[in-house]
Amino acid sequence: MFDFLFGTKKNTASIAKDRLRIIIAQERSLAGGRDYLPLLRQELLEVIRKYVNIDADAVKVDVAKEGEHDILDISVTLPDERASAA
Amino acid sequence: MAEIIVVTSGKGGVGKTTTSASLASGLARHGKKVAVIDFDVGLRNLDLIMGCERRVVYDFVNVIQGEASLKQSLIKDKRFDNLFVLAASQTRDKDALNKEGVEKVLKELADDGFDYVVCDSPAGIEKGAFLAMYFADQAVVVVNPEVSSVRDSDRILGLLASKTRRAEAGERVKEFLLLTRYSPQRVENGEMLSVKDVEEVLGLKTIGVIPESGDVLNASNKGEPVIMDMESSAGQAYDDAVARLLGEERPMRFTTVEKKGFFNKLFGG
Repeated sequence: MFDFLFGTKKNTASIAKDRLRIIIAQERSLAGGRDYLPLLRQELLEVIRKYVNIDADAVKVDVAKEGEHDILDISVTLPDERASAA
Repeated sequence: MAEIIVVTSGKGGVGKTTTSASLASGLARHGKKVAVIDFDVGLRNLDLIMGCERRVVYDFVNVIQGEASLKQSLIKDKRFDNLFVLAASQTRDKDALNKEGVEKVLKELADDGFDYVVCDSPAGIEKGAFLAMYFADQAVVVVNPEVSSVRDSDRILGLLASKTRRAEAGERVKEFLLLTRYSPQRVENGEMLSVKDVEEVLGLKTIGVIPESGDVLNASNKGEPVIMDMESSAGQAYDDAVARLLGEERPMRFTTVEKKGFFNKLFGG
């Protein structure tokens, strides 16, 4: 009703937001997007440390190529139970 | 240990130098010993915004090349005894800077008892921008609520998470967004990305929102960081941002449309 009277105004901010979401997600996942690996590693380390006390170098994060797919390879070395109990 | 803060953005013209000048002055006003360094070799402007352009004798490149001592090159601010400016070279090109030289200067500042070093990054993602961020403990990413600026900021965030000394050591640079040229009215009209929109897209918290204000141009005309103008909304918003950097909690101001009273509306407030 009001739109009819005053003319519809397009919400360009929401168009901007949608476009940014798509392009940024795409750019983060591209080759340069590997930039997130050190951060991912650090955050994983912090989360795991809430439950198990592990060394800073116990978490390894890598991307491996297998055929057409990229595989995110995460390995976590847990501390030796007996060593930590002693 | 000196805390190293890089003010960066990727895109040019969003307010990095304005922000560097105001953050440095604000920290100095809190009694901190502060140095602010212009990394934009060839296109120096921090000296103009700080109002010390006629007192530049030696610059950052002179120090790195061993042509002058750091002490000779630091320009003491007119307003605060505990604030110093290190100008960029106007005549050299960006290759005059190198990682070892920058590290040496930062270490000397830390040894001299500086609390904060603010690194004013050049635009782009070339050597100057890389060196400005490499040694940073904290990063203030200056962003306009506009598509190209937001996209470039994301690129910078990627670099902060991978191409810095902290990232290489498996640590992270503490990152903050600082929105400039914000217009609450245009946000309300649906014409401009809101603080929340930008935070959601970039996945980062905001440390300050500086409203679009004519006072910023007035301040740069005079060579006085806008934070010195505490009458202005931009000055107050920068003051809030500095307080938040120092760990204080302050509510965001100037992010909503001021409701004018009936009479103000009638007479144009």
